Order: sequence, then structure tokens, then C-alpha cells
Amino acid sequence: MTEAFIYDAVRSPRGKGRNDGALHEITALDLSAQVLASINDRNELEGHEVEDIAFGCVSPVGEQGAVISRMAALKAGYADTTSAIQVNRFCGSGLEAVNIAAGKVCSGETDLAVGGGIESMSRIPMGSDGLGGMADPSLVFQEYFVPQGISADLIATKYGYSRDDVDAYAVESQKRAAKAWDEKRFAKSILPIRDVIGEVVLDHDELMRPETDMQSLGALGPAFQMMGEQMPGFDDVAILKHPEVEKINHVHHAGNSSGIVDGSAAVLIGNEKAAEKYSLKPRARIISMASIGSEPTIMLTGPEFAAKKALERAGMTAKDIDLWELNEAFAAVVLRFMDAMNVDHSDINVNGGAIAMGHPLGATGAMILGTALDELERSGKSTALSTLCIGGGMGIATIIERVN
Amino acid sequence: MSYETLTVDIDSDGIALVTIDLPGQSMNVWNQALIADFKGFTEELISDDAIKGAVITSGKKSGFLAGADLNMLGASKADSMAEAFESAWELNGLLRRMETGGHTAKELLKGTAHAKPVACALNGLALGGGLELALACHYRVCADYPKIQLGLPEVQVGLLPGGGGTQRLPRLAGLQAAGMAIMTGQPMNPQAALAQKIVDEVVPADEVVAKAKAWVKANPKASAPWDKKGYKFPGGAGSMDPRAVPLYLGSSAIALKQSKGNFEAVKAILSCLYEGSMLPIDTALRVESKYFTKLLAGPQAKNMIRTLFINKQAAEKGAARPKGVPPSDIKTVGVLGAGLMGSGITHVTAKGGMNVIVLDRNMEEAQKAIDYSQKIVDKGVKRGKMTQEKADAFMARITPTDNYDDLKDVDLIIEAVFERPDVKADVIKKTEAVIGKDVVFASNTSTLPITGLAKNSERPDQFIGMHFFSPVEKMPLLEIIPGAETGDKALAVALDYNAKIRKVPIVVKDVRGFYTNRVFPPYANEAMLMVAEGVKPALIENAAIAMGMPIGPLAVVDETTLQLGYDIMTSTKEEMGDAYVPSGTEDLMEIMVNKIDRRGRRFGGGFYEYAEDGSKKLWPGLADHFPLAEEQPAVEEVKQRLMFIQLIATAQCFDEGVVSDPQSADLGAIFGWGFAPWTGGPMSHIDTMGVDNFVRIADNLAQKHGERFKPPMSFREKADKGESFYKAA
Repeated sequence: MTEAFIYDAVRSPRGKGRNDGALHEITALDLSAQVLASINDRNELEGHEVEDIAFGCVSPVGEQGAVISRMAALKAGYADTTSAIQVNRFCGSGLEAVNIAAGKVCSGETDLAVGGGIESMSRIPMGSDGLGGMADPSLVFQEYFVPQGISADLIATKYGYSRDDVDAYAVESQKRAAKAWDEKRFAKSILPIRDVIGEVVLDHDELMRPETDMQSLGALGPAFQMMGEQMPGFDDVAILKHPEVEKINHVHHAGNSSGIVDGSAAVLIGNEKAAEKYSLKPRARIISMASIGSEPTIMLTGPEFAAKKALERAGMTAKDIDLWELNEAFAAVVLRFMDAMNVDHSDINVNGGAIAMGHPLGATGAMILGTALDELERSGKSTALSTLCIGGGMGIATIIERVN
Repeated sequence: MSYETLTVDIDSDGIALVTIDLPGQSMNVWNQALIADFKGFTEELISDDAIKGAVITSGKKSGFLAGADLNMLGASKADSMAEAFESAWELNGLLRRMETGGHTAKELLKGTAHAKPVACALNGLALGGGLELALACHYRVCADYPKIQLGLPEVQVGLLPGGGGTQRLPRLAGLQAAGMAIMTGQPMNPQAALAQKIVDEVVPADEVVAKAKAWVKANPKASAPWDKKGYKFPGGAGSMDPRAVPLYLGSSAIALKQSKGNFEAVKAILSCLYEGSMLPIDTALRVESKYFTKLLAGPQAKNMIRTLFINKQAAEKGAARPKGVPPSDIKTVGVLGAGLMGSGITHVTAKGGMNVIVLDRNMEEAQKAIDYSQKIVDKGVKRGKMTQEKADAFMARITPTDNYDDLKDVDLIIEAVFERPDVKADVIKKTEAVIGKDVVFASNTSTLPITGLAKNSERPDQFIGMHFFSPVEKMPLLEIIPGAETGDKALAVALDYNAKIRKVPIVVKDVRGFYTNRVFPPYANEAMLMVAEGVKPALIENAAIAMGMPIGPLAVVDETTLQLGYDIMTSTKEEMGDAYVPSGTEDLMEIMVNKIDRRGRRFGGGFYEYAEDGSKKLWPGLADHFPLAEEQPAVEEVKQRLMFIQLIATAQCFDEGVVSDPQSADLGAIFGWGFAPWTGGPMSHIDTMGVDNFVRIADNLAQKHGERFKPPMSFREKADKGESFYKAA
């Protein structure tokens, strides 16, 4: 099988996903197009070289609908011949798009492709596509679906993470993100986003609160207690599926969960032939990719199984991984992953994550892969595994190895 | 044309007044005859130019129409699902035809055709198919009696409103209001219905027909709102509507929380609301009929209709009453003892319209019955459920006394003194000395055999047992226990009394524990055995709740107290000596009661610890004394043990004739100890799984967990013969 290499990774800064966020005035099309255009600019490509573009997007409706990646490619000046696809694997979409791009290279379908994603959550709010089958009572009664926050609190309850545990994790995420920005660890990947007159509207992750401490988090009430315990009472639904739990301990809130933000990211992937032809310098090799489904009520434990599958397919064990990136959807998701995989906190999300910087749903997977790559190069480490938990009970993981 | 079940009276304006009046029945229901007649009239309405419109009302004082004839539905049979659908569609399609006047939705929408106007004059309760008929009319006028019930209660017998109810109600009132009404089955009064746009006008009773006619006259061309251009679902609908999506999610969660996913009807109703709200009405109605067909073909609706409706009603009407005993007229009841049970019995007796003379050893004690009722009645007044006059009249029916002579004119005695044979013997003697010679003496006891107590009576043929449950005003079951010498009259009087207090009565044999107290203890024991085995207590409690029990078994034990269980165990041991068969919970009881003082809620805590706000939490210290097993059983296994221990105990009672028919066994289980109502009761549940299957699973459980799971021989024989306990429908 052909080997797939990463030649570049770029991302927008993450803007607050609200109508006062810096990226709110930037259309989803333009945000994606600026990121895609920079792939050509940074790599001195003319626009015809990339053959296919896969983009993740979780609410592909309205201005994000109608295969936004094709529209963005046209706007970004790619050649008419560059095809594009939009994919949705909920929070795993961005990484799924990267894996699709890599898969196309590995299978020999293309020489050079882009994987990435977009989510302008301030402009197209979560749930804008309805909730599809997740709202269909025939399936809810079969599977006992609950909202993700309840699932996260269920994880905390089941595996014994206290409010202090999850808050301490969140404080550390803020600290790490602040330090990473201070030391310009993201500099290689960040593309400042410009408005219609060419001025930069955002060049840093807007959501961060480096001053966060246990005390400030302690003031926040649990966000999912009301819907869990009272109306409509999702806790009882979750307990029907997990009857060994007596009562769900509601520990998550806005401060220890991923932030709602706007953002886009792209990763350039190709084979060696493309590298030679277009003078691209490989930065990392894709070693293994995996997607899995897991129990949908607890929903967010998938990364463990996805990581294990990716490791197994690569003939590796957790010990072979130098650096871990797991999307910080909720603090308990990461705490559970560290316990399940026996990963030390000092090896995972070393530059913070979505709790501090935000989680632009369709783009995050591509972003954290780029973050891992930058960190491998900065620290001189070799292997990294990036993974995300996914709505509906899924997980996705990609292992890369630095090549120079 | 003339009809059997309705009359048609066409006035000078050409408006047909259709008066539904089923001959020989106290209440109008949809049966085959009415469907046929209504079909005939609908065709007349559509085709006869002389008829300009119609007003539909009822000729019954009892109400408008109470729904479908459940006996008909319960007995429905079809060779195929397609055929069953056609039969389910008959009424649904007929109502739609009336609504459209035989035109297509497209014609109505374009305005190229109209239906003849049909208004409904609701002069009394309209439930189920009754309300659905009203909803299919173009206009609804309702009499302003606040007691008129309008509702769709089908869910309570495992069905859904299959005459368009799941489609028209949300199209009028919105998904949220309609969803709550249909999923709970709770009726509303006319004013509430008006507020939700379910009825259009509420007027004095003598004006309903006139107002309905006036509307018909003023609106010669009619169509339903959903057949008009620009119709919008109130409150939103559809999978993209940001108002509707949270509603779909929320209602599923509420329904799951309340039903634990056990009721097929709840699920089907939600699907009708969800799918139907995204469809044009004609397709939506067909989808509703398909879900209805599916429910009717399944075991749940049949079991629930049989137990919760047909058999419950038969029992309440005195199915067990000996024939030939003239009806008794019980005006005044003497209640002996004003403790918790005596006070409760006093209350329900007064509530049943009878006078009560409640006796205790002194006035202070007797007064406790007054205080008990006063508290409940005051609450009713405060909540607006009772007027002060009615409350005063209620209290005036209760007379406390400490003087046996005051009992001399009572029509029935119910004794509820301390559960000790010598105490009971004493009051029996003192009472019989003053009461009339033919007055029946009923003893409320949960443990003492009636035949033994009757030995203290001068007239054992007039002596009977009545086992009330606590709290009496809330618990729906009454076990009636004839002793060896009890005569027909005593049984008849007991059932006549029951008819007034409106409990569900079952007649059971005079054995220790009677019926319900024979089945419940093994169930509680099984839960405790699992604790001793190291099964996670939360898993035990949640498994019981998930299978449909109202609360977990350990919580119940805490309420009745471990101390009581311990005392019974100790006395049984003493009584039986070497013949005592250990239940396996002896060590656990010993530890809980004697070693660590976890004797139950009343004693400060048991399996649970109790906070001051009334909330409870499983006591974390349990694991120190009963360490958790490393490997926990699957919830299905826990459920199966908790279910089968009840099924087996019921089977044994049935085998021994403690209950003589499956009906009583099922009613007693559901209304006595809250056995999962979706099953229709333990005997229905055994039938549904198949007796052979029941025996096979029980044998497996016996092999794995002990002889207590062995099914009785008579059940094996039944299984071998391939028979069921109820005759197939």
C-alpha cells in the first residue's frame, strides 16, 4: 500500500462562537476558503495540484450546506478540476476527513489531497440540522440516548471523578494553553483570519481564560443537573442503561467542557511522488487510522477503543506512543482515557485543548492532528496518537510518526 | 334511513341532529353496530342534498361517548396484519371521510370542494373514541359542567387513540399539550379543553345543540384547519423545527423515565406524534392505524385490557358475590380501633358515604381517627378538590366513641385492633354482645388466620376477614378472606361494602399471609440474598424499577423494617422448630438487626440512609459487611430472578388454591404489591411467555440459585399439555 505523508497543517485561530466573537462576521465559506488558500500559498502550489478535498462539518446546512468544501475550494482559487466532499462523523469529522484524504492517497486514488474541516458555530448553531434519528422515539427507546453532558457526567460517576478532579483538569488545560501561546508553540500552524478589507480580525484563540483557577470554576453550577434530575429527567434514562449507577454526579459545566467556537483547519496529505513533483517536504507519516462504534448512552468512551484499534493495526502498544492528543470534549472524557490507556497526564494534551481553546466541531480533528505534529517537531518526539470522542457513541484515532 | 344505535332528525334548515343512543346500554361506546350505523349516516350526509350539515350529540345522561368497546377490541382477531389494519382503519377512515365530506385533501386545500359542516354537541364525558369523534367534527361545543371529562385514556390499557386522536389533538393543541394528554391518558375538563383549543365553545348544557346548529348554519362550507391552505402546526413540528426537536427529545425522556420503556403503547404513541407531525393528515392517520394494529396484535394490550379493565371491573362489580343473597344496605359501620389501619378504614368508609362509629379504648385514642381524616379532608379543601360544606359533611359522618353500646345499631363491624389473638378475642366478645344478631363481623388482619379468630365468635358464619393495605386511602386492593365456617351472607356483605369504598376486591383462601403476603416476602428475600451474594445494591433496586416495580425491594424492606422481618423469622423458627426451612437471609438479618443496627427507616436507616429532606441514598457501609462480588451479574439476570421469584410464589398460591382463578391472582399482584402492570399480572405474564417456557426458565434458575425457583407440579402438567391459564382470546 502507498504510504501517506503529511506535508502541511494549517488552522484558523478559534473565535468565540457567539455573535460577539471575532469570526462571527466571517462567512463559513470565507473562513474555509482562507484556510484552503493558505495551503496553496504556504506550499507554493498553483491550485491544480490538490486533486481532492475532504472537509468535516457537523451542521452542514444553510451557508455550511451544499458541500461547503467544493464551494470553498472554488473561492480559494483551486482549479476547477479539484473535487471535494463534505463528511460528518460528528466531533470526529475533521479527523475523519484527514483519514479519508490519507486513505485516498494510500489506496492510490490520488497523489495529493487535503483533509480538514469547518464549523462556524456562531453562524450555524449546533443542532441546526435537527437531530435526525436521534430525535426519533423508536430509536431513543431502543438505545436510551441522552445529551452528551449527561453522558460525560455518567462517565465521571461511573469511574469516580469528583468535581475537583474535573475542575483541576480544566485549570491545567488553561495553563497549558496559555503557556503554549506564550511560547508561540502554535505559530507554525496559525493562519490569522482577515476581513473583507484585508485587516486581521483574529490571530489568537479568543476563548482562553488563563486566569482560571479552582475557585473561579467552583463558582459555576453543574450545567446538566437540571435536565438530568428534573426536566425532562435524562438521568433516569441513562440509569436504565447503566443500572449499577445509583445516582449521577453532575460535575461538568462550561468551565470544564469544550468551548463553542468558530474555526477551520486543513492538512495537506500526499504520496512521495507528489512530494517530488511539487517539491514538498514530508513532515510526518500516517501510520494507522481507526474508527469504532461504542455504547451510545455513555457515548464518549470511544477514544479508548479507537486508540486500541489503531495501535493494534499498527502492531504497536500504548508504550510506543510519545505524545497523545485527545479532544477535550469534557474533562471526564480525558480522565477516563488516561486511566483506561494508562497514559500519564504529562504526555497528553500537553499544549491544552478544547476546554481552553474551544471545539469547532467539524474542524477540531484536523486541528489537533496539526497540534500533535507541531509538538512532535518542537519536542523532537517521534510518534503521536490523535483521537476524539464522538456523538452517538463512536471514536476515531490516527497515529502519525515524525519523519525528519 | 333508520338506525339501531342513533336517531337522525333533520330540521327545517336541513341540519341533521344525530343522537347516539345505544339501546340497552348505560353508556355509548363504539361497537360494531354503531360503526355500521355511523357509516350509513356519513354516506347519507355526503350524498343527500337535503342534508346541509350535521350536529352530533348523545342521548345518554351518562355522557357523550366513552370510547371503544374494549370487550370488542380485546377479542379482536385477524388472520393477517393487513387484515387487522383494515379493521383498525375502519373507524379511523370513516371519521376522516366525515371530516372531508368524501373529498380529497387536495380538493379541500385548493378550495374547489368543501365538506358539509359537522359540529359536535358534547353534553357529557367524551373519552377515547368519543373525543376522537368530536375531534373529527369541524366544530365542538361542550356543556359547561366542570366534571365533564374529555380525554384519550387508551394508554392505560396498552393502546393508543386509533381514531385520529394522536393526529388531530396535536394539530389543535400542539405537540407538547397533546403529548402529555395522550401519554398520561389523564382527562381534562371543558375549560382546560377550551384553553387548549380542543373545544371551540363551552356553553350551558341546554344550549349545546342550539349553539352547534348555529355554527353549522353559519358555516355551510367546512374543512378542518389542517385541510386549509396555510395551516401551521401550533408550537411547531417537524425534524428541522427548533421548537419541535427539543419537544421530541424531551417527551421521549419523560416517557422513558416514567414507563421505564416497558409500555409498548407509550412508545407507539410517541412514534405517532413524531412521525405523524411530519406528514400530511391522510398519511399520518394511516400510520397511526398501523401502530394501533401493531399494539392490538401484541400481548400487552390484550393482557392490560383483560386485567386492568375487564377483570378489574368485574371484580369491582362483585363477580365473586354469592348469587341469591339479597343486596345489603350498609348505612353505618362500626370500626374497632383507631390506630393507623382503623383510622384509614374509617376514612375510606366515610368517603364511601357511610356513617362510621369508631371505637377505641378511650376517647383520646378514638379521636385519632377524626384527626386522621381531618388532615386529609383539609388538604382536599386547601387544594380546591373539596368544598368546605362537603368536608364538614364528611367529618360529620364519623363519630368517635369508647363505649361499646354505641355500636348497637351498626350494619357492619370492621375490627382493626392490635394483631394479637387475645386482644382480638376480647373485642369480638364485647362487640357481639351489643350488635344486632345478623350483623357481619369483619376482621382486618394481615397475619392471623380467620378460622382461628372466628373461634372467638358466637356466629362464625357471619365472621369474615378483610385485609386492608396501608395507607388504606391510597392502596387499591382489598383481600377478602372467608374462614372455614364463613357463610355466603358474610361474603356478600363484604363485597357490598367494598362496592361502596371502591377497592379492587379479591377473595382469597384462609392461609397464613393470605395471597399478597405470601408472594411479597420471597421477592424481598431474593433481593436480600443478592445483597448477601455481593450484587451491587443499586443494580438490584434499579433492575426491579426497570422491570416495572414501583420502588426497589430493599427500599420496601426498609419501610416495613428489617426488624419486622427479623421478628417474623425468629417466631417462625420457634414455631416450626426442626421443620424450619431457612430462607438464606438469616445471616444478613442477624448482621443488619443485631450487629450493625440497620433495622429500617423507622429505626434511623437500613439498606438506605435517610436525609432530613426525605431523600435517601443506599448506605455506603453495606459493602463493608457484604463485600461486592468482583463479577456483577447482567441486569437481565437480576431482573429475571426478581421477576421469577414472584411468578413462582404466585404459581404456588394458585397451585394451592390460595387464589382460585388467574384473574384474582393478577389483580391482587398489580393492585396489592405493585407488580409490573404492563404484564397484566403474573399469571398473564406466565401465559404470555408460555407455561412451558416458564417451567424451563424456572428450572434453570432452580439449578443455578436453589430449589425455591422450582415450579409447582400442576404447572409442569399444564406445560406438558400445552395449555394456558386464560383461555386464548
